[in-house]
Amino acid sequence: MTRRAAYEARQKRRANMIAGVSTAVVLALVVLLVPLAPGWEAVRSSFFNGEVFVRVFPDLLRAFVLDVAIFAWSVPLIFALGLAIALARGNTNPALFPLRIFGAVYVDLFRGIPVVLLVYLVGFGIPGLGLPRPWNSPYIWGTVALVLTYSAYVAEVLRSGIESIHASQRNAAICLGLSERDTMRYVILPQAIRRVVPANMNMLVALQKDVALLSFIGPVEILRQAGIFKSLLANFTPYVAAAVIFLCITVPATRYADYLMNRDRDARS
Amino acid sequence: MKTFLTATILSLAATGAFAAGHCAAGKTLTDGTLTIATGNPAYYPWVLNDAPEAGEGFEAAVAYALAEEMGFAADAVTWVRTSFDEAIQPGAKNFDLNMQQYSITAERDKVVDFSAPYYTAPQAVMTTTPVVEGGATATMESLKGLKWGVVASTTALPVVMEQIQPSQSPLVYDDNANITAAMKAGQIDAALFDLPTALFTAAVLMDNGVVLGQFDPAAAENPDQFGMLMPEGSALKACVDEALAAMTENGTLAAIEAQWLQEATGVPLIK
Amino acid sequence: MPDPRLSLRGVTKSFGEVQVLRGIDMDIAAGEMVCLIGASGSGKSTLLRCMNGLEPVDDGAVLLDGVDIAEPGFDLGPIRQRIGIVFQSFNLFPHMTAYENVALAPRRVLGEDARARIEALFARFGLADHMAKYPDQLSGGQQQRVAVIRALAMRPQTMLLDEITSALDPELVGEVLDVLRQLRDDGMTMVLATHEMAFAREVADRVVFMDQGVVAEEGVPERIFSSPEQARTRQFLASVLR
Ligand SMILES: Nc1ncnc2c1ncn2[C@@H]1O[C@H](COP(=O)(O)OP(=O)(O)OP(=O)(O)O)[C@@H](O)[C@H]1O
Ligand SMILES: [Mg+2]
Repeated sequence: MTRRAAYEARQKRRANMIAGVSTAVVLALVVLLVPLAPGWEAVRSSFFNGEVFVRVFPDLLRAFVLDVAIFAWSVPLIFALGLAIALARGNTNPALFPLRIFGAVYVDLFRGIPVVLLVYLVGFGIPGLGLPRPWNSPYIWGTVALVLTYSAYVAEVLRSGIESIHASQRNAAICLGLSERDTMRYVILPQAIRRVVPANMNMLVALQKDVALLSFIGPVEILRQAGIFKSLLANFTPYVAAAVIFLCITVPATRYADYLMNRDRDARS
Repeated sequence: MKTFLTATILSLAATGAFAAGHCAAGKTLTDGTLTIATGNPAYYPWVLNDAPEAGEGFEAAVAYALAEEMGFAADAVTWVRTSFDEAIQPGAKNFDLNMQQYSITAERDKVVDFSAPYYTAPQAVMTTTPVVEGGATATMESLKGLKWGVVASTTALPVVMEQIQPSQSPLVYDDNANITAAMKAGQIDAALFDLPTALFTAAVLMDNGVVLGQFDPAAAENPDQFGMLMPEGSALKACVDEALAAMTENGTLAAIEAQWLQEATGVPLIK
Repeated sequence: MPDPRLSLRGVTKSFGEVQVLRGIDMDIAAGEMVCLIGASGSGKSTLLRCMNGLEPVDDGAVLLDGVDIAEPGFDLGPIRQRIGIVFQSFNLFPHMTAYENVALAPRRVLGEDARARIEALFARFGLADHMAKYPDQLSGGQQQRVAVIRALAMRPQTMLLDEITSALDPELVGEVLDVLRQLRDDGMTMVLATHEMAFAREVADRVVFMDQGVVAEEGVPERIFSSPEQARTRQFLASVLR
């Protein structure tokens, strides 16, 4: 072991010990002090009720499958549409100018409208025009509402990514004889998309939570199911249980994204 | 002679007063008169044609039956109008009783007095004419096959899940407006409301709303009950409750209900 | 002189109010190696970029094998395969390995899986072991050599090289210049903007001195470097050779 490595190992041990002790102290304080608060019993029985938790957990988990499903089929649509809008906004072909205008209006419009309103408007409004079943399903149109909103955000994120790529990259590709299309596809987009992964991850976490807005137009997903239990049992523990389930997904997801990005970076140095 | 006559009239009047209820005597706003408030306007099927004096419509009929039970002749009943909210505020009132589908709740009970319930609202099934034309009937069998919508916070969801047990899982909403929107969008076939709400929603909010049937209210766990509203600390409450108990006992109330709320609205019981 | 590979006739180019090229006339024969020298801002890069149509010219003609590619509306796609260009920096695509950088254009433009040819190019320029590396895992000199290989993989007839060594540490310059020597020996037609006067003197068939958007003086390196005619050429050489 070199002198430097030995020094660093010592430093690291020391840092780990300090971190461990301070964490233990904080945890101990929370565990010991909070129950001493006068209202703790009441709070515990209405928010952290073990019996209620166990009773509602399986049903909430089942409802959460719906959240995951809606999320899963929304994401590819959001990214496909977001990309199309970003490209429409970025095109410089005068013949496609209307497309460019459309992209700009689309982004302004759907970023400006609250998601809830869009969920109601699209979820009730479009089926109300007289679509037959199953094409009037709130699952379909609720998803459409989410896709409209989120693709507008994703389009802007992607566009900022595309614009952040140095012009010389485009020049290099064009000078090799690559078409505009291939330049975008093989040179600009791969770099742009990588650059906006963090922004898009935040978007996905937000989307996972906004999926719950679909419950406004009928589907019984996890937050609605928790709400039903809340009024049935007059207890808020179902929401806590729902939060636990959400965290089980979102925390690893964000950590995984961080990991991917770090790996990407480490591979380069 | 004159004295005798006066005495006779007085004694007659006194007899009349006693006849007008040994209980209610002296406890009404105007002696010998029962002042009852209704909505402005008053709605079908509670009051027909906005004319409570005719005694037609469920609440109008209950009012006259109650007055009779308490010893007031029909012409001793005076009607006044109040808005729904104004009557529920604390403060002096210009009526002895107010009837306009007030649900008895603990919160309201803190600022006003309620009589014993004169009506227990049953759960009713609202749907649309296309669904009825599609073959839906007021039978459990038929209801199972429908796509249901319910409001999350009401007791409707357990009723749908446990009694109807539909073949498709129901959709759940925050409020009646959303249910109406979903029904207009064709996303749900049927919704469960209390009967009065169902009647109102079908008639006013929907273009093609139909109340398909109602559940026997006796079977409900936590039913919505209507009470007559009286000023806080009303001396009349005991008399009204006594009269209502008698009317329940002798079947008067049930008969009025059958006449004005089942026959008049034509909402059959679900079998 | 046989028909020139590339001819410029009265080429002008302005950016806004600033006229950067003010009537350039130039003939470059097939197999010739021309070095552009001149002060910073004299218009060397702009001239190179006009030669392959990356920068549209305002006026004048750019004749490639007798065809005017500066004609407004001319389809430059096919032309660009015949003219390779390497820039000072930001050349490589950072998300692709060295090999992928090189293979992309042959695959997409020529529709060719040029694996063997590309591997041979890497081997020839001493980069056989670096094909799988990403640009930021390569030194600057290696990066610039990959950029040259990438241009060569399109089998260009002409190479335009814009100060491809000026962003490099001095000890890396040599390996890149070696590559250019090899190309010259292959008979590649080359136009090279450079600040490497010694190199220009050694390898160039002709040196073109640019000053403020015009060709001030040109000739064989021997003459330009030892007995320049123009005062401004002397001045420039004095400042860079000091
Ligand atoms: N895209 C552009 N927009 C505006 N001005 C430009 C642009 N490109 C170049 N110029 C200007 O044109 C002039 C010539 O630039 P050019 O890059 O051709 O010079 P150069 O001879 O290559 O210089 P250097 O030796 O520093 O590379 C400079 O004054 C420069 O600022
Ligand atoms: Mg330059």
